[in-house]
Amino acid sequence: MGEIKFLQGNEACALGAMRAGLRFFGGYPITPSSEIAEQCARLLPCSGGRFIQMEDEIASIASIIGASLAGSKSMTATSGPGFSLMQEALGYGIMAEIPFVVVNVMRGGPSTGHPTGPSQGDIMQARWGTHGDHPVIALYPESVPETYYEIIRAFNLAERFRQPVIFLMDEILGKMNESVEIKDDISVFEREKIQSRDGRYRPYAMKDDIPLTANYGEGLRFHVTGLFHDETGFPDVSGENIQKNMDRMYRKIENNIEELQKWEESGADNPEILLVSAGTQARSAKMACQELNSRGISAAVFRPVTVWPFPEKRLSALAARSKKVLVVEMNKGQLADECRKFISDEKLIPVNQLNSEMISPDEIIRQVEGVL
Amino acid sequence: MFDYAEYLRLDKLPHIWCYGCGNGIILKGAIRAIDKMGWEKDSVMAVSGIGCSSRATGYLDFNSLHTLHGRAIPFATGIKMAKPELNVIVFTGDGDATAIGGNHFIHAARRNINLTVILFNNNIYGMTGGQYSPTTPKGYFASTAPYGHIDPSFDIVELALGAGATFVARSTVANPREMEKVIHEGLKNKGFSLIEVVSNCHERFGKRNKMKSPYEMIEWIRSRSVSKVKAESMEAEEREGKIITGIFRQETRPEYVETYDELVLKKARGGI
Repeated sequence: MGEIKFLQGNEACALGAMRAGLRFFGGYPITPSSEIAEQCARLLPCSGGRFIQMEDEIASIASIIGASLAGSKSMTATSGPGFSLMQEALGYGIMAEIPFVVVNVMRGGPSTGHPTGPSQGDIMQARWGTHGDHPVIALYPESVPETYYEIIRAFNLAERFRQPVIFLMDEILGKMNESVEIKDDISVFEREKIQSRDGRYRPYAMKDDIPLTANYGEGLRFHVTGLFHDETGFPDVSGENIQKNMDRMYRKIENNIEELQKWEESGADNPEILLVSAGTQARSAKMACQELNSRGISAAVFRPVTVWPFPEKRLSALAARSKKVLVVEMNKGQLADECRKFISDEKLIPVNQLNSEMISPDEIIRQVEGVL
Repeated sequence: MFDYAEYLRLDKLPHIWCYGCGNGIILKGAIRAIDKMGWEKDSVMAVSGIGCSSRATGYLDFNSLHTLHGRAIPFATGIKMAKPELNVIVFTGDGDATAIGGNHFIHAARRNINLTVILFNNNIYGMTGGQYSPTTPKGYFASTAPYGHIDPSFDIVELALGAGATFVARSTVANPREMEKVIHEGLKNKGFSLIEVVSNCHERFGKRNKMKSPYEMIEWIRSRSVSKVKAESMEAEEREGKIITGIFRQETRPEYVETYDELVLKKARGGI
């Protein structure tokens, strides 16, 4: 058994990132995420890494992209308004295929909204916030221990797929304390060292649709741009090249969907009532489910841990066997809208609340009773 | 005769700049200055934003990064923090560095992080078709100033001085030797260096302002250029509209990453 630590969610995020090999953090303060920056400012120099507080969120994400290209595992952390400012550079990271992690501790919005209140209002900002067509990887844990381990997975996925990973948290998760067992055996993915100097180095030569890009300053001079580019890294905006690379960038995710996706199922097998919920809200749904089960009602909870790519195939199969699917979320129905693609309107019931409070187990039970 | 070929990605030429554009003169001046430093090409990191100036990085046979509009400096900051041993040079323009990227520009200067910023000031947004920039002179015409431009201009040198840059210089494409010299001095400075080089955009700026040839535009730049020494003895009204060239500051102040390593890393690791 590993060491047990009593940690705040934001603190667990920073500690997990350090465990994953974080070497650089560039950030800008914003409630309720600021402790992540504070912890990184404290922890990074202890292991030879570096921290900087930049002048805004745009500069923060730009700095971590630069640091990642120079070989450092990098992260920034923010909340909804800051995440909006980061969207352009997030698109750059996806286009140029650069690994880094952006944490968004969701609060009530739009605008300044309710900085100290939770929401799940950025589920779709994570998916479609940046411009243009693009694949996205986004994870969303429910607890402090899961935050510690999922942020490590976020770094591993970013490095493995050379893709920015969005790490969603919410104000409740960021600010609450729980016990975390720090296990010894954790696998950390390290970027492949590219050393070949035979012929002209091609930073976007692919191996299984993933580019083998070196780090700057390690003997291979190459070019990186946000323009569509060919294997050499230089611009190529021919229709053929654009189509080929967009198809490949989507394929990189779609062909590895099983490795990327992660979810939790709890409660009854073949349930009549299926509750779909993510993040801390899912804990309330699980509590409601237990109560419903104890009353003899066949209910289960499906909790996506990888929110994007959405675990559509599994959820679709579960939903087909259920009578009603209640999608419980602290927003106006963002996951429910995604579920609408494969669950009929007769079956799908969005359960939403926008009062800056988690939807209580009692309320979920009341909603279930209403549809029975 | 200086051989530029060693520093250029010849297969990426011809460049996208218009015939007679001053950007080529700046690129060559920068190459000569970098050559004088004697750096290994692998140790040079060229970072740019978006715009005509920012295409420079693609032609240079260094590590090169073409980033987002206005954001070259924070990308470069991250690179410098991750690998301080790299010699990081930022190629940017008047719009890129002082409009959309103005905030990053002043804060990098304030930190005195070791970046050399070569700012191509052509007084216009060339690539997007000649819209006015923060340095378009009052009364001149631009595609978005069809009745004449009304905004006061930024004095980029004053901006860099005010923000705390430790090396600040201005030159022009009309004086390539001086330009090379001040870029070289900037590269030598261990801290934030700003070299503004006034360039000609006869296609997008000149044509709307009765200077349709490169010659007319370079003459316009030359005729208004005054050395810093000479300008000091001029009356304020006389200095109006002049391009004052030379080195405005060259001083030593602790460099940001070195300071971090000295004061933060050591303390965090229990040293001092």
